[in-house]
Amino acid sequence: MIRSVRVILCGVLLTSCALAQTTLNGAGATFPYPIYSKWFSEYHNQHSDVQVNYQSIGSGGGIRQVQAGTVDFGATDGPMSDEQIAASKVKVLHVPTVLGAVVPAYNIPGVTQEVKFTPEILAGIFMGKISNWSDPAIAKVNPDIKFPNQNITVVHRSDGSGTTYIFTDYLSKVSADWQGTTGKGTSVKWPVGVGGKGNEGVAGMIRQLPGSIGYIELIYALQNKINYGSVKNSSGQFIKASLDSTTAAAAGVKMPADFRVSITNPPGKTAYPIASFTWLLIPTNPTDKTKGKMVKDLVLWALDNGEGMASGLSYAPLPKEVVDKAKAAINQQVK
Amino acid sequence: MSDSVDPMNSPDPVEQTQNPRIAIPALAQAVSERKTGGASSVLQRIRHTQPRSSRLPDATFRMLILLTAVSVFAIVVFVVWELVDKSRLSLHQFGMGFFFGHNWDPVNGDFGAMPFIYGTLVSSFLALLLAVPLSIGVAVYVTEMCPIRLRAIISFLVELLAAIPSVIYGLWAIFVLAPLLRDYLEPFLAKTLGWTGLFTGPMYGLGMLAAGIILAIMIVPIIASITREVLTAVPQNQREAVLALGATRWEMIRMGVLRNARIGIVGGVILGLGRALGETMAVTMVIGNRPEIAKSLFAPGYTMASVIANEFSEATGDLYLSALVEIGLALFLVTLVVNALARLLVWSITGGTAGRARA
Repeated sequence: MIRSVRVILCGVLLTSCALAQTTLNGAGATFPYPIYSKWFSEYHNQHSDVQVNYQSIGSGGGIRQVQAGTVDFGATDGPMSDEQIAASKVKVLHVPTVLGAVVPAYNIPGVTQEVKFTPEILAGIFMGKISNWSDPAIAKVNPDIKFPNQNITVVHRSDGSGTTYIFTDYLSKVSADWQGTTGKGTSVKWPVGVGGKGNEGVAGMIRQLPGSIGYIELIYALQNKINYGSVKNSSGQFIKASLDSTTAAAAGVKMPADFRVSITNPPGKTAYPIASFTWLLIPTNPTDKTKGKMVKDLVLWALDNGEGMASGLSYAPLPKEVVDKAKAAINQQVK
Repeated sequence: MSDSVDPMNSPDPVEQTQNPRIAIPALAQAVSERKTGGASSVLQRIRHTQPRSSRLPDATFRMLILLTAVSVFAIVVFVVWELVDKSRLSLHQFGMGFFFGHNWDPVNGDFGAMPFIYGTLVSSFLALLLAVPLSIGVAVYVTEMCPIRLRAIISFLVELLAAIPSVIYGLWAIFVLAPLLRDYLEPFLAKTLGWTGLFTGPMYGLGMLAAGIILAIMIVPIIASITREVLTAVPQNQREAVLALGATRWEMIRMGVLRNARIGIVGGVILGLGRALGETMAVTMVIGNRPEIAKSLFAPGYTMASVIANEFSEATGDLYLSALVEIGLALFLVTLVVNALARLLVWSITGGTAGRARA
C-alpha cells in the first residue's frame, strides 16, 4: 500500500519536473505595466515553461531591487544616474522598450479650441511668471482664441513619477531659469501649484479647478478623451502629441551605446517634444545563468514581437533602427 | 511520465535501508515520548508553587499573556530601532535641523520636515474641532432622546461610515466636497471671517480646510460609537437621581451623563485623533500636497503620511530615502507626544484617579 503511494508520488514528482515552470521576477516602472503584462502573458502562452512575475512598484523601487539582485530584471521610466551606476554592484544594460509622451491639459472657461504652447509659455506658467490666461504671451501664439481674465492654477503630480521626470527634464532643457531653480527629477520642489496623486488625481483636479493647467501621460489623455494642447518643437512646428509624433521624437536623436538618452526637445520636424523611452534594466552578468538566458530570450522576443502590440494599448512603438540597435546590444553585452 | 526514468524500476535507497512500515510507528513513538517528557518537566517546575488542579493551565495561560504583552513592547522597540537605523544618513546630514527645516527639495537633496509636521497637526486638530461636537451630539441623541427604532438606524449608519474605504472618501471629496467648498463655503467664510486671516487667498476647494473636513467625517464614526457605548454604560439611576433633584433634561445629560462619561469620551477622541494623524489616502487626494506653511486654511498643505505614500516608491538616492524614513520617525514622535499630552489631559480631568464611569 505505502509502496504504491510512493510510486505514485514519484510519478507525480517527475511529471511536474518535466512541466516545471521557471518564474522570472521583475519589478519597476508603473507606466509600462499594461504593455509589459500583455507581453509577459503572451510570452507565457508561447513558452509555457516561463512565467514572468512583474510588480509595478515604481521606477525607484525597480532600480533598487535590481541593484540588490532581488529581481531578475528591473524597469524604469528615467535612466539610472551616473552615481547610481557607479554605486551599483550589479551591472545593467538599459533596453528601451516603448515610448511615452506627456501632454499639457487644461481647463479654461470658455475655451474649447486646442491651445498652442511654446516652451517659454510652459516654463513661464509652471514657474508662476505667467499667472493669468489673458497674458499677452499666450494670446500672441493663439490669436484665434479669446482667453478669459482668469488666474492660472498649476496642477502637478504629488507622487514621485516618471511623468514628472519627463516633464521637468523638458522644462530644464528649454528654460535655463527652470534648470537653475528647480531642475529635473521624479519629485521636484514646485515653484507654484497644487499636487494631485497619479494621472487620475491631476486630471480630476484639472476638471474641478477652472483656469487650471497640468501635465498628464498621453495614454491617459487618449483613453479618457481629455483635451490637450500642442507644443512647439525645436523646428518651430506646433505638434499635437500622438503615437506617431512620439515615435518620431525617438527617430531624430543620436542613440548612445548605453541607451541612456533623454529625447525631450529632439530635432525633427514632426517630433513631439515632451517624450521619453521607458527601459528594462537587464543585468549584463547575471549570477543565475539559466535565468539570465531566459531574460535575454524574453527581451529579444519582446523587441521582435511586442512592438506590434504597443499601439493597441496606446503606447508608441520604437523606431525600427532603435529596435535593431537594442537587439545587437543585448546579444553583445548580456552574457 | 514523459521522462526517461521509470519510477517502477528505479532503485530506491530508502527501501534498502529500512522498512517504512516499521520506521514510521517508531518515529511516532519517539515523538510522543518527547512530548510527554517536555510536559512533565514543566509540571515539575511549577509543582511546589500551586495546587495541583490549576498548575498547568495557569502557567501556560500566564506565559501566553506575558508573551502578548511583551510582543507589543518588542514591536514598538523594533519599529523605532528600524526607523532610526534607516534614517541614519539623513539624521547625520541634517541633525535636529531636519525637524525644523522648511525646505523639501529632492533634486538638490535638501530636506526639512516642518511643513509636513505642521500639516499633519493642523489638519488633525481641525478634524477634531469639527468631529468632537458632532460625534458627542450624535451619541447623546442616540442614547438619551432617540426613539428605539430610529436608534438602530442611526447607529447602523454611523458604523457604515466607518466601513467606507478612505480612497472612496478621497474621491468623494475631490468630486463633491471640493466644488461645494469652492463655490459656497469658502466665499462665505472669506466674507464673514476673512478678517481673521484664516480664510483668505485663492479658493481652490482643495487644501487644508478640505482635508480637515474629510478627516472629520472619517473620525466621527469612531468617536460617536465609543461615546455611545460609554453613555449607555452610565447607570440609569444616575439619570433618575439628577432628574429627581429637579434638573432639566439638558442639565441631566450634562451633569448625570456626560460628566460621568468624560474619561471614556476622551478615550474615544484620542482614538479618533490617532486615525486622523495617520490617515493617508483621503487626505493626500484633497490637501493639495504643497509643503508650505500658510496661515490661511484655504491654502494647500501636506502631511507626513502623505509625503511618505507619495514619494517613497519613486525615491532614488540614499539620502532622499533616508529623509523619507526620518519623516516616518517624525510621525512616530509626533504621535507619541500627542498621545502623551492626551494622557496628561485625562489625568488632569480625573485628578489622577482612574474615574468611576469608565466602563
